[in-house]
Amino acid sequence: MSKDINEDIRWAKINEDVLRSMENPRKGYWMAVAGCLILLAFAVVAEIYQYNVGMGPANLNWPHMWDLYIATFIFWIGMSHSGTLLSAILHIIHADWRKPIYRFAEAMTTFTLMTAGLFPIIHIGRLWNMYWVLPYFSDRGIWPNFRSPLVWDAFAISTYLTSSALFLYMGSIPDLAICRDTAKGWRKKLYTVLSLGWRGDDRQWRHFRKAYLLMACFLIPLAVSVHSIVSSDFAVSIMPGWHVTTFPPYFVAGALYSGCAAIITLFIMLRYFFRFEDYMTIPILEKTCKLTFAIAMVWTYLNIIEFSSVWYGHDPIAKELLWAKFTGPYAPYFWAMIFLGSVLPFTLAFEKLRRNIPVMLVVSLLLNLGMWLERWMIVTPTLSLAYAPAAHDVMWPSWVQWFIVLGSFGWFGLLFLIFVKVIPSVSMYEVKEMIFHRRHMANKDIAEVMHRRATDKKPKPASESPGLEGA
Amino acid sequence: MSLSNILEDWSRYRKGHEQGGFHDYEHMWGMAIDLNKCIGCNACSVACYAENNLPVVGREKFSKGQAMHWMRIERYWDEPDLGDDRVSEFNQHGANFIPMNCQQCNAATCEPVCPVAATYHTPDGLNAQVYNRCIGSRYCSNNCPYRLRFFNFYSYYEESWPAPLEMQLNPDLSVRDKGVMEKCTFCVQRIRTVKDKAKMENRPVADGEAMPACAQTCPTSAIVFGDLLKHYDPDTDAPETKVVKTWRAHQVELRVTRQNKQNPDLRGYRVFEGLNTDPCVMFLERVREV
Repeated sequence: MSKDINEDIRWAKINEDVLRSMENPRKGYWMAVAGCLILLAFAVVAEIYQYNVGMGPANLNWPHMWDLYIATFIFWIGMSHSGTLLSAILHIIHADWRKPIYRFAEAMTTFTLMTAGLFPIIHIGRLWNMYWVLPYFSDRGIWPNFRSPLVWDAFAISTYLTSSALFLYMGSIPDLAICRDTAKGWRKKLYTVLSLGWRGDDRQWRHFRKAYLLMACFLIPLAVSVHSIVSSDFAVSIMPGWHVTTFPPYFVAGALYSGCAAIITLFIMLRYFFRFEDYMTIPILEKTCKLTFAIAMVWTYLNIIEFSSVWYGHDPIAKELLWAKFTGPYAPYFWAMIFLGSVLPFTLAFEKLRRNIPVMLVVSLLLNLGMWLERWMIVTPTLSLAYAPAAHDVMWPSWVQWFIVLGSFGWFGLLFLIFVKVIPSVSMYEVKEMIFHRRHMANKDIAEVMHRRATDKKPKPASESPGLEGA
Repeated sequence: MSLSNILEDWSRYRKGHEQGGFHDYEHMWGMAIDLNKCIGCNACSVACYAENNLPVVGREKFSKGQAMHWMRIERYWDEPDLGDDRVSEFNQHGANFIPMNCQQCNAATCEPVCPVAATYHTPDGLNAQVYNRCIGSRYCSNNCPYRLRFFNFYSYYEESWPAPLEMQLNPDLSVRDKGVMEKCTFCVQRIRTVKDKAKMENRPVADGEAMPACAQTCPTSAIVFGDLLKHYDPDTDAPETKVVKTWRAHQVELRVTRQNKQNPDLRGYRVFEGLNTDPCVMFLERVREV
């Protein structure tokens, strides 16, 4: 078993490598930016058209009141969950292999939320009145309807976005201070402001650790609740295929799944473009893949539960809908989702494939395609086939919807491209910590000292080596 | 405040919610539609278009499913290969049809999901839609098992009523713009007028005074409209309304998910009442010759 990280890297080299990724961009970077801007431009054109004309050109109809907008909204919200998984949950359980890769995952959380937040606004009929879902103090004494899951969404997403952005920023303060120390010109001013006077003294570190842990503990229940609340958009309704008890855990599992797949994609891209081979190592990729595989199996299990509970529930309409998913007009997409979501992840179970980077890039992209299909298959078949037989209808989305969906990828890409040049995408101080820790763990005596709890009895000193208390 | 007080309050609250939220009604407008009398002529639907300023969307948008018919005649054809004796019957006699308008459910599924409370229950027992408040999230339509809520996918007012057709618009209610959900209101503008008139004359609203456009237009009087709360009052000797009489004759009750009829041959039923939506529209099943 190879090591997660080379323990002999000098700390100056870490700084050098990571700061190099933030230097003046090369040609490829600008091409990526241009690509994202073009995608975004398509979406802006479609949205302006839709704003002026109404929701009709998007091929929404009666009964297809929701379609790709809501499906893509759930997709982006879901993707945001793995940043929190890596940075908060793995932080609390002391899985230190997360340290080289959590920063960009955390950034992904923030930016996917910023992308997801656009979709409810794009999708509502009178988006200029969007702020009515917020409980502001109105002269007319009118409040939003607190019973509506859409209002819960507004609270949950804005809370999650605020706290994950704060968490991302707070976690990068020590790194921003390193940037400040080496930057010149206007960047020096920027990082001076951003690093909030970080000097790295003992007191600052102690407070920083406490605040970071606190934020991590705050974020974990939040992340779980956010996607549960998004799932209640469907679970609270009475429609067959939506009114499903297992939806909250199902959505959270799907969220972690697509998020982990996205982390693998971004991992491989950053590793390749920024030459982060020393930090984003193959063993870490393997660990991420194993995590993804485990989550994929949970997701598959919850799928089976959903289908079988419909089957044994003997609700004729829910059963008919399930059968229509298997065989109806949406069947090709449904089976594609099952294949991509439940069968394809078995590639992650084989060490040979896991260590093959091009294969993993393709697989991770396909897994996310599968998860996007999953969201579409949640939203649309129910609308096309629910209680009223007169309203059974199949409608395919028009170019307006597709442009906006594709544009959201451009928007996310643009945000992420800006991020990698402004904030170090590998956490320098935590990589140093990890190396320091691992280096000392190699020495048995020192490891014993460092893992000893305050209440444990002190063993007799085996040798006359200097004490390492408080190291 | 003692514990028993609190528990009593709580049980009263719970009981109220089981009966569908708001239940301090002045009126509860309801319908009885006799499918034996209905000839499927679509006059109710046309009357609704005229009364409620519904836009005529045109062939293309209609085929895309973007039409706005608050009152629609749903047609059901039997599949030819069902292997049932009745198949030939329906093939000879044509389609089965049922006029569907908003069922004005007392436990409406559209109401709790609206994020801005644009749809709510009025003391008239109506499921009201406030156009000005609607932001067009379209959740209500998704959560309506009858699919009886319609969305303005376009601004129709220029195309649907080219001059001088705008002169035909009903001034009693607005023309809705794009991005707003709308649905049958039981012609709430007529109900308001009648209620105001009765209030000025200091008398209760008489039966048959309020009449939605569909009921007024129906050539066979298949639609009976009235107040479901006006039972016979022995104090004032006020008679029960026609709609109450019809509901009682067919042993159909409000606030149940399954009708408990003594005589199973009675034709009255409510659509999807098993979903506990508690609709205020009763249908009388069509009896066909074999």
